[in-house]
Amino acid sequence: MRPLTDEETKTMFEKLSKYIGENIKLLIDRPDGTYCFRLHNDRVYYMSEKILKLATNISRDKLVSVGTCFGKFTKTQKFRLHITALDFLAPYAKFKVWVKPGSEQSFLYGNHVMKSGLGRITENTAQYQGVVVYSMADVPLGFGVAAKTTQECRKVDPMSIVVFHQADIGEYIRSEDTLT
Amino acid sequence: SCSVEDVLAKAERDEAEKLKGITVSKELDLEFDPGNLLAFDKNRIDTREFKDSKREDFLRSLARDNTQLLINEIWKLPTERVEEVIVAKLPDPTTLLPREKPAPKPKPPTKWEQFAKLKGIQKKKKTNLVWDEVHKEWKRRWGYKRAKDDTKEWLIEVPVNADPNEDQFAKRNKAKKERVARNEYNRLKNIARAQKIKVPGMGLAPTPQQSKAELAQAVNIAKISTASVGKFQDNLPKEKTPKNTGKKRKFQPLIGDFSSEKQKQLDLLKVMDSKKPRLDITKAVNKQMREEDMESRKKNKKDFGKKGQRGKMSGKGRKPQMKQGKR
Repeated sequence: MRPLTDEETKTMFEKLSKYIGENIKLLIDRPDGTYCFRLHNDRVYYMSEKILKLATNISRDKLVSVGTCFGKFTKTQKFRLHITALDFLAPYAKFKVWVKPGSEQSFLYGNHVMKSGLGRITENTAQYQGVVVYSMADVPLGFGVAAKTTQECRKVDPMSIVVFHQADIGEYIRSEDTLT
Repeated sequence: SCSVEDVLAKAERDEAEKLKGITVSKELDLEFDPGNLLAFDKNRIDTREFKDSKREDFLRSLARDNTQLLINEIWKLPTERVEEVIVAKLPDPTTLLPREKPAPKPKPPTKWEQFAKLKGIQKKKKTNLVWDEVHKEWKRRWGYKRAKDDTKEWLIEVPVNADPNEDQFAKRNKAKKERVARNEYNRLKNIARAQKIKVPGMGLAPTPQQSKAELAQAVNIAKISTASVGKFQDNLPKEKTPKNTGKKRKFQPLIGDFSSEKQKQLDLLKVMDSKKPRLDITKAVNKQMREEDMESRKKNKKDFGKKGQRGKMSGKGRKPQMKQGKR
């Protein structure tokens, strides 16, 4: 386990800011305790300092996971955000997409969101903006990337993709082994 | 009856006896080198005397005679008294003794000597003492209490472009130590070159038997010891370029100062924000969209009767997160 280097922190923040913008500050500077990011086996974990201090007592090879895993760095140092970060992305999300009950299931199986399944979308969403996907009952389902701007979404035909799927909570069951 | 004649005769006989002891008659006189306590006898030896029975006696008498002559020679030298003992002062030896050890081989020239020969630089004889104007006395040119020793200055002016907190005295001392160390290193290198001692390069073990890892390291060092730091060195047929030849990375401590870590991250965010361009693109796109909508609305107004206004609404002036109308 080690702290992130400057480049790694930058890459990660860039990725996070795609979804939550400047609200990253609220993750770093929390009123209810000092939380930090640490890297272990190429995965980034977000934990309080209390947990960190306890985790130092476990040997490197035996330590599986600490706190919440936000994502991992690939071999080429690109940062990939995992579904486990949803709890922290959802409350601070800047651009949200609501999915109709009918196509919730489809999204949770890993499919992209089509115009026909789109319930609501925040105004002024840019194309390829990171968005958090909610159900109509405001339950966060996952996150993705907006395929079209809000304006465009109104014009396109119902079978075209409006949100590219990136992660959904169905992954907890589908890819149980790979998530830490 | 003791008469005077008898006594005189006896004395004479005793003298003769003594003289016989110390006089030795030889055909050829011996050559002496009292400095080396050496007597050189060139007289012929009668081979008849060398028969088995008479040999020992002959050799003994010969040795006795020659030693007697040598000691006679020593008695002729000037004497002095050293701690109540009469000692003869030996002159310098005259015989040239051959060398004990072989003559030294000429040493190969040092790097400087080679360079001087190449450039044709002659050695200039310099005086050992130099007049020191400041102290008004003659001082050595080099060595202990020399004339111009810059480490012994009591006042050093700080140069204009130097760091004001730098210790100039320590700087001079350090420079001197480095010069001394370099001189010593070069001297040893000259010796190694002269005696053809193999000196390993930087960072290699001076052992005759090297392990596989050490040899690999030596190969790598040799490979990068070119002017282009090994960039254009081809690999051998089955050689692989080593990949982890960089410095080991150093990371921050795991539980460092949390507040400083936080601050660093916040600063990073600030920098990132300042670098992000403001939402020009989206604004431009939205503006374009609105314009297109306006145009299409105008068009629809013209064909008012045809199909009625479709649910195309512009975003401006409306509440955000509005529902999309069905087509």
